[in-house]
Amino acid sequence: MSGAFRTARGGLVDRDRPLRFRFDGVEYEGLQGDTLASALLANGVHHVASSIRLGRPRGVFAAGVEEPNALVQIEEPFPEPMLPATTVELYDGLVARGLRGRGRLADRPDPARYDATHAHCDVLVVGAGPAGLAAAAVAASSGARVIVVDDQPRPGGSLLGAAEHLDWVASVAGGLRAAPEVRLLTRTTAFGYYDDNHVVAVERRTNHLGAQAPAHRSRERVWRIRARHVVLATGAHERSLAFADNDRPGVMLAGAAQTYLRRYGVRPGRRAVVLTTNDSAYAVARDLHAAGVEIAAVADLRDSPGAGRAPHGAELLPGWAVAGVTGADRISAVTLRRLAGGAFTGPELRLDADLLLVSGGWNPVGALYGQAGGRLAYDDGLGAFRPDGGCRQALEVAGSVAGTYTLKGCLAEGAAAGARAAEATGFRPGEPDLPETADPEVTPGVAVWTLPGDPATSLVDLQRDVTVADIARATGTGMRSAEHVKRYTTAGTAHDQGRTSGTLTSGIVAEMLGVNVGDLGTTTFRPPYAPVSFAALAGRDRGMRFDPVRVTALHAWHVAAGALFENVGQWKRPWYYPRDGEDMAAAVLRECRAAREGVAMMDASTLGKIDVRGADAAVFLDRLYTNMISTLKPGAIRYGVMCRPDGMVLDDGTVIRLAEDRFLVTTTTGNAAVILDWMEEWLQTEWPQLRVYCTSVTEQWATVALVGPESREVLASLAPGLDVSRDGFGFMTWRDTTVAGLDARVCRISFSGELAYEINVSWWDALALWEALAERGITPYGTQTMHVLRAEKGYPIIGQDTDGTVTPHDLGLGWAVSRTKADFIGKRSFTRTDTARTDRKQLVGLLPDGGELLPEGAHLVAAAEPPLTALGHVTSSYHSAALGRTFALALIEGGRDLVGRTVWATLDDGLAPVTITGAVLYDPEGARRDG
Amino acid sequence: MMLIPCPWCGPRDESEFHYGGQAGVAYPDDPGALTDAEWARYLFFRDNPKGPFRERWSHTAGCRRWFSLVRDTVTNEIVA
Ligand SMILES: [Zn+2]
Repeated sequence: MSGAFRTARGGLVDRDRPLRFRFDGVEYEGLQGDTLASALLANGVHHVASSIRLGRPRGVFAAGVEEPNALVQIEEPFPEPMLPATTVELYDGLVARGLRGRGRLADRPDPARYDATHAHCDVLVVGAGPAGLAAAAVAASSGARVIVVDDQPRPGGSLLGAAEHLDWVASVAGGLRAAPEVRLLTRTTAFGYYDDNHVVAVERRTNHLGAQAPAHRSRERVWRIRARHVVLATGAHERSLAFADNDRPGVMLAGAAQTYLRRYGVRPGRRAVVLTTNDSAYAVARDLHAAGVEIAAVADLRDSPGAGRAPHGAELLPGWAVAGVTGADRISAVTLRRLAGGAFTGPELRLDADLLLVSGGWNPVGALYGQAGGRLAYDDGLGAFRPDGGCRQALEVAGSVAGTYTLKGCLAEGAAAGARAAEATGFRPGEPDLPETADPEVTPGVAVWTLPGDPATSLVDLQRDVTVADIARATGTGMRSAEHVKRYTTAGTAHDQGRTSGTLTSGIVAEMLGVNVGDLGTTTFRPPYAPVSFAALAGRDRGMRFDPVRVTALHAWHVAAGALFENVGQWKRPWYYPRDGEDMAAAVLRECRAAREGVAMMDASTLGKIDVRGADAAVFLDRLYTNMISTLKPGAIRYGVMCRPDGMVLDDGTVIRLAEDRFLVTTTTGNAAVILDWMEEWLQTEWPQLRVYCTSVTEQWATVALVGPESREVLASLAPGLDVSRDGFGFMTWRDTTVAGLDARVCRISFSGELAYEINVSWWDALALWEALAERGITPYGTQTMHVLRAEKGYPIIGQDTDGTVTPHDLGLGWAVSRTKADFIGKRSFTRTDTARTDRKQLVGLLPDGGELLPEGAHLVAAAEPPLTALGHVTSSYHSAALGRTFALALIEGGRDLVGRTVWATLDDGLAPVTITGAVLYDPEGARRDG
Repeated sequence: MMLIPCPWCGPRDESEFHYGGQAGVAYPDDPGALTDAEWARYLFFRDNPKGPFRERWSHTAGCRRWFSLVRDTVTNEIVA
């Protein structure tokens, strides 16, 4: 037996498929087709959770995604926090427990797969209730490409809870599934509506299978849908009203009770009292009564609700309301009193009941409409906010989201919206095939927000434990907008997004302020409409797929050589190559010594390389670089600096002139794409008349730096046709030649101060070149050694020693700023008052007096005693083999005038004295450059 | 996610584009002739309207061309 409260027949559950599950340590049985909530109710379990702030017991309040109370933690088969029990489809072996507001993330890796897909359609229909199905059927009849999404396991929407017209639902759904241009996605929640009809949804593909989920199928899939036209048929959610102890287990939205009965075959209690402001609860009362639930009374807040609709035996009490609720873990009685002029009057009527069904009216589910940029306007007749029809996006709203609450009206509106959407996208819809429905007489409801009673136990937002008293406190402090009250009280900020409480909050605030609720308005709707797991959003873009990894042609060699790697942008660069027993410091000292005393080599292939060609290439580069490029002779190389218009350094590198109309420029590794974009932007937007073409050749040329006093001999032996003599191959020139039998371009460039060459070969030939060098026993070195060698020479790294507020002059690169060019990007800024200050932060060297290795980023202060006046910070810091000590580079205010002075570095455990020096600490005369 | 009409490629997802700020801020003909205040106006001052705004975009993940359009900063509607 699947629970004492299960009806003998009826509902959409499969009575031949019992499922076993455990909740809060107790074994229960449910049925295939149950949610965790319906299965618990079938077993008589109402109290499933407790509230986050007040710790009050809480029961199942709703029957769908709007549930604020019944939050559970799934423990098995895989931990998942904070799920409303009303949205968890039951499966065999489910283990869950009730929460007090907060869940617990899994402490083990999630073995499931997640993915994403992009889809395009003519018409997207959100919601497969009566309006959505009618819209989809009509749109599909036109031949338009249609996607229908619905969050339930099967289409039907409110018809599933009413259990009427299910044949029509089956017939429409069958037609949609069979149509070649239609996709019907169930268990799929549209959670984001973005610009230009970009709607994002998440499909739960295997969650409902529990441990039986096939490993090959993704658990959840994110759908990114671009629709030409959208039909929002998102329905309405019933709301409660605020009265004392309105959160007790056993208090339930009336429509939810009907859903539990008719969809799941569950009686939510034995004896019920109904409190309503509108007609909808009467059908619920009659349904429950027919199923054997005793209806003790119907209290209708309207004085004249119309006659004869309460079920047999139930007392109809117009103008009465709930004055009190007895029972904490589960209600046992409800006290009713007559309400007159906002106060209770007359005798109390105390009725035994284990269920209090409440309908405070219905709120159109306008969240997606609001996300789409639409506004929700208050409709006095409805007593609720509904879409105002003024949204600029190509969309329709149909059914109860539009404030239409009769089935007949929903079907007709849906069909009309489907037809309009099809026509708007150029299709001709057919005639709708709609079921015959009654057209009941409707008595208008009344909007009531609060009942007299203790405001401290009258809950407004059940999930956030916000009471009427809390809202009074907010308005009492002077808050006058729904947004401010929301932030002050947290009403509407829980993961149910205030679905059942948002309108109520606005209504109560308006009442307290004495303003029209329509003028007060709603808070802003933002995605996601319902919680989405990060795993689903990440999809496959995790681990190796999180970001592209770029490797050079020599990567496998570096790995085999035991290199450790450093991420530079997307590149993996060898950091250092430890030998047996070496730590990083020892390896780097050895690599540095090899470069300074013998010969060493580095894979420099990641340098950005851009081929700049065209008749105006020299003119163009003169405008981009601070120094003169046009005077460079073919065959020669020049170091260059680029600035932004504000005079701050953007990048540096070398410029190789290949021919009168052709240059090869290098950029820092991380800036290659930025500089190519920079060049194209200026060419396209400011100087379209220049005949210049820029091409990235970073991955066409592999580059090996050959460094050290013995590098000339090595190159001579590998390139017998090349005159490597000091005069025959001068500093800052290049030659095309053959190295190790490979076509190569050799540049005499040094980023270490030593005699050095950069050998460029085709990416395909890189390994042959590298192995030819390695055979000679040349020491490979990584980025750490490169950094030490360049820092010893005071060469800055753009992006490490600079931060976008540093000029060439600040770096001591004033020599690379032309005084003769009429203009170049940044020139005008060098004479701005602020840029021309002499006390700007300047790049200097630092020698820690105590030999500490200063942390990069450490602040430097003027004195060891307060006030600790900040002068600047450490930008680079290393051990130097050549100097036999630690050293650093730093940006210090007026630093070049402070050489020889002591300043203090702030370390974790105090201050350390350091002496300021010039930035060039090694071979300041430049004697080693030519070998 | 906006659908941005690239003049070369047609409508594409916003994520393919790079934003370039206010359009029509030309590099001055003769920066050296400007006062500090005039130069600062070119460097740092941009309009920030609520409503239609002419701005630059670059189709960086597509044809890589720069172009201008007018977008309503309230609704994200591209109006020209
Ligand atoms: Zn394009």
